[in-house]
Amino acid sequence: MTNRSTATLDERSLALRRSIVNTLVAGGRGHLGAAFSLVEILRVLYDDWLNYRADDPGWPDRDRLILSKGHGCLALYVLLAEKGFFPVDELKTFCAFNSRLGGHPETIIPGVEASTGSLGHGLAIGVGMAIAIRGASSRIAVILGDGECDEGSVWEAAMLAAKHRLDNLVAIIDYNKHQSYGATGSVMELEPFTDKWRSFGFAVEEVDGHDVAGVKEAIESLPYGKGKPSALICHTVKGRGIPFTENNLSWHHKSGMKEEEVESLMRALGDGS
Amino acid sequence: MRKTCLEQVHELARTDERVIFIGSDLGVGTLDAMVEEFPDRFYMEGIAEAAVIGMASGMAMEGLIPYVNTIATFLTRRCFEQAVVDTALHNLPLRLIGNGGGYVYAPLGPTHQAVEDMAIFRAIPNMAIVAVADADEMRRLMPLTLDWPGPLYIRLGKGYDPIVSEEKNGFTIGKAVTMREGDDALLVTTGVSLKPALESASLLEQKGIGVTVLHCHTVKPLDTDSVIKHARGKKVILTIEEGTIVGGLGGSVAETLMEAGVTPSKLFRRVGMDDRFAHNYGSQAQIMSSIGIDAESLTALVEKGVNG
Repeated sequence: MTNRSTATLDERSLALRRSIVNTLVAGGRGHLGAAFSLVEILRVLYDDWLNYRADDPGWPDRDRLILSKGHGCLALYVLLAEKGFFPVDELKTFCAFNSRLGGHPETIIPGVEASTGSLGHGLAIGVGMAIAIRGASSRIAVILGDGECDEGSVWEAAMLAAKHRLDNLVAIIDYNKHQSYGATGSVMELEPFTDKWRSFGFAVEEVDGHDVAGVKEAIESLPYGKGKPSALICHTVKGRGIPFTENNLSWHHKSGMKEEEVESLMRALGDGS
Repeated sequence: MRKTCLEQVHELARTDERVIFIGSDLGVGTLDAMVEEFPDRFYMEGIAEAAVIGMASGMAMEGLIPYVNTIATFLTRRCFEQAVVDTALHNLPLRLIGNGGGYVYAPLGPTHQAVEDMAIFRAIPNMAIVAVADADEMRRLMPLTLDWPGPLYIRLGKGYDPIVSEEKNGFTIGKAVTMREGDDALLVTTGVSLKPALESASLLEQKGIGVTVLHCHTVKPLDTDSVIKHARGKKVILTIEEGTIVGGLGGSVAETLMEAGVTPSKLFRRVGMDDRFAHNYGSQAQIMSSIGIDAESLTALVEKGVNG
């Protein structure tokens, strides 16, 4: 599978990315690449699939979303703010001493189901939730990173999900083919990735993770198999949206950005007018 | 003690529908009666402690009270990060029941000897730690675990440990039990170290040395008021724990007393395993004796301290 996406980003996708950059700049640091590869996945989830009440985040009948790759939180924060879980202005407090919005998401933030950041935790938590709410209308979605799938606990949790036949659970994998040090293929080969999930008992679909219509169709056709947990492998591009950040490891995590860097980012994303 | 503990989980399941049991590949026949009565509230998962703690945490986030049981070393070492992040950070009401605390699994060697469980779990915010002395005390503890607000680690002894606790003392999580009082020495115990301490206190009394035995079944939160109160005016203070002396009961008592400015006039000693692995097998009692946890060794140490 290629790590290129042919999907064009529409104005909404660009605007969400501008908001991510502004948030990152306000905080002085952040995981840009990991957030950019997630934007369309999260956008579709919040626009079209998740049942939630922003004014009542603990509403029992809500669907639960766990961002297991917690370092993608900039994208999550921007979506949560846009949907009214907390004021958009609060994004400016990112990583400030007294802010709720840290470099990894915590449950103190309305709309965040589980505090994450250390990789390999979210799927097991999702499994527990899916077992506990079985029979209810709610569904559980867990977003994992590809590098995160190096963790053995992910595969322990995958076995649990299959054993318990959790068709109310979906693992959505942001497969941008990069981790901190380099390409996943060189740091820790995941392929045959789809076969892995399938052999662990998941019903699996794949999609271009930046193709909004495609992601929407894939997510709306959940679950992919009766009595099986689902996995949606989203082929994405790390840093998607800006030519010089795409597949560029130096944009995995960014701090101390220079003014001209910010300007060139914003130029690449359009000004929104 | 283990049998009583698990039977009590079944009992609690009868009174509270939030109660579930999760084991990690335990022995055949474990809680068969509960399986029969509540098949949907009994989970026997694989040898996957990290995911099991994550799963249990997810269940607790949905309002359940999971009692998770496996061998203490695997429950504390293998899934330490899950206990910290998934459970304690979210302050969830998991009850982590560790089989074979201390040197129960002496013949199985260092991989199975739960010696630093208290030390590492004590450093986790929100985590409470309880080690009762016998099955009777376990029976008094378990009903209280239903309403404990956060995560709770329960270290189990070998089973069929001699009964030394007393009904009249009751049980409050976080409140130490004053088993007996005397003026010269204070022995602070947890878990099954209570028995040798009581035996030693009797021997010392015959020699004219008055001993207070303070049983801290709850190592965290430590009953600091009782520790400080009973430490005042003593010549000798010993803490007695089945495991490393680094960071557990002894460390906790030492920190408490130092900060309170209360020290014994002659000797303070953490009795337990020095900062090393036990490269011995044999029995739990043999290893405990080898590190000074038996009535004779404790008596000699106190005597030497008082008269020193």
